[in-house]
Amino acid sequence: MDDTLFVTFLVGLIAATLRVATPLVYGSIGEVITERAGILNLGIEGIMFLGAFAGFAVAAKSFEAGIGGYLWLGLLGAIVSGVLMALLMGLLTVTLGLNQHVSGLGITLLAIGLSLFGFRLVFGESSVLPSVDPFSQLFVFGETPILGPIFKQYLLTYVAFLVLVPLAWWLLYRTSFGLELRSVGENPEAADAAGVNVFRTRYLALVIGGALMAVGGAFLSIAQLGAFSPGIIAGRGWVCIALVIFARWDPIRATAGAVLFGAVFALQLRLQTLGFDLPFEVFLALPYLVTILALAITGRNANYPGAYLKPYRRE
Amino acid sequence: MQIKIERSPAPVWFRPLIPLLAIVFTFVITASLVLLVNANPLSAYYYFLIDPLSSRVSAIEVLVKSTPLILTGAAVTFAFVGGYWNIGAEGQLLMGATAATAIGLQMHGVPAWIAIPLMILGGFLAGMLWALAPALMRVKLAIDEVVTTLLLNSVALLIVSALLNGPWRDPISQWPQSPEIAPSAIFPKLIPRSRLHLGFILAVIVVILVWFVLTRTAFGLRMRAVGMGSSAARFAGINVDRTMLISGLVSGGIAGLAGVTEVAGIHYHLIDAISGGHGYTGIIVATLGTLNAWGVLLAALFIGLIDTGAQTVSRALGVPVYLGDVIQAALLLVTLGFLLLQGYRIRWRRKG
Repeated sequence: MDDTLFVTFLVGLIAATLRVATPLVYGSIGEVITERAGILNLGIEGIMFLGAFAGFAVAAKSFEAGIGGYLWLGLLGAIVSGVLMALLMGLLTVTLGLNQHVSGLGITLLAIGLSLFGFRLVFGESSVLPSVDPFSQLFVFGETPILGPIFKQYLLTYVAFLVLVPLAWWLLYRTSFGLELRSVGENPEAADAAGVNVFRTRYLALVIGGALMAVGGAFLSIAQLGAFSPGIIAGRGWVCIALVIFARWDPIRATAGAVLFGAVFALQLRLQTLGFDLPFEVFLALPYLVTILALAITGRNANYPGAYLKPYRRE
Repeated sequence: MQIKIERSPAPVWFRPLIPLLAIVFTFVITASLVLLVNANPLSAYYYFLIDPLSSRVSAIEVLVKSTPLILTGAAVTFAFVGGYWNIGAEGQLLMGATAATAIGLQMHGVPAWIAIPLMILGGFLAGMLWALAPALMRVKLAIDEVVTTLLLNSVALLIVSALLNGPWRDPISQWPQSPEIAPSAIFPKLIPRSRLHLGFILAVIVVILVWFVLTRTAFGLRMRAVGMGSSAARFAGINVDRTMLISGLVSGGIAGLAGVTEVAGIHYHLIDAISGGHGYTGIIVATLGTLNAWGVLLAALFIGLIDTGAQTVSRALGVPVYLGDVIQAALLLVTLGFLLLQGYRIRWRRKG
């Protein structure tokens, strides 16, 4: 490969990496915030799915109604759907103190079922897949070589990396709410004794997390694709679960993990289109395998939040 | 008269009623979705619950649909009772299906009485093998099994996909599906000209075995003790690690059998939609069946009925077929909540 071709290849790869990583950043930061409060939300796969559906459905219907900001309404619809599912998760695991992993899987199944039901309800059974004009990409550096194509990204991608990641870090480590959130996840009894409202804090963490997961899903439907299909999330929620553990519950490391996976994903896609006959599934299995391996190596020192999976009941 | 709610175990006769109450409550809340489609909830539930049983063909179809669910439900039950949270039935099913296909493809010219037991054994071992790493990590390294079993589901699906896009890709159609297994490896039909196959019998046998082990053997007693609290069980001299390891592995094996029945009884080749979530539905079945072997059988039949009914109701009333999925998921969450009632009892007391 000569130099200019290689540079083009590399630039395309970097641009695609950021794009692929975006929904994972939203999802895994949502999951970090939730798990730091002591709740494993396995509803993430379903909430991302519902976010993708709700975002798309609201956007498409608003567009039909002739509303200009239809994509923003879609984004709002996605956030509302994610918050509702998070509240349901809160009712089950915080208020009733039910088993977190079964509740979470139930939320995933429910959210996927509701989305597919809703899709049929709203769009019927037409043979043409409905679509909307999605968010357009921003050319921050215009047509400049190298920087131009790399920084040709969606607004939601910039928000994810430049706003969400620092904000999540600041929230968790530099605010009193973040301290309360972590204390509730680490030792709810002590937090309660210190006057922290454990239930309210856990609900808030779930709601923030649920909204972010839904935005991650909506990024795919109303920014990247402009359409919704049953295969739209395809396990990205589970990738986020893996990334969060791999990142040992830290938002910055989770973002790094998302970028790493984004790069691997984008690379295998490019190698495939270039005609390399690779079992691309090996690349896709990496985040899961690496996480399991990392768990096996760190073992007992895996730094789980202290109250992970434990419901809190006031005696 | 005074009504008092006390925090003490509910009376024994009340416990089996909890899933029934959950079913009624779920139907009441999901009626709102039926109303959204401008259909009558009562007629929708007629098509869900009664109509499929009114014809021989669809009643048999209920048994066909419930076959893999009986197995995954039994698998999940076997793990959960032992306090091992196996969320990986989906992946274990896929590996069982893969092994069944691999063996079935080689069975040309081999008589059925060898081919079928070989596939069943292979599927069980493959499911068990897929459950091995998380179970060992749980026992040896105290690493929570929920996430490891869950993540391995995605890996299993990728393995199936790699096989179907690689060595097993159909050479003629180029579709991502494996060639057909040998005729002698196909499960015989229980009723001619229907889809009901040997797998149903296999599933019922597994239920009987699970019931026997859990309630009639010392090992089952140890499992339940571990499930109730591993430190107390350890104090009572039970080898907690060994008990948990075995319940996790057997659970994986049973889930693998569900993959065998789908390949050998229904599809005759491997496709990546071979499961379609039966492993996760197994968690619904186990919960609705209150982690009891016979409860699992009934719950799987009920979910099979809902699956069949969802198609009927969609044809008859135009209610999207996915209502069945919503009902099942809601049923899981509602049952989980209603099971809290096990810990309470209501007392009526006459005053004076």
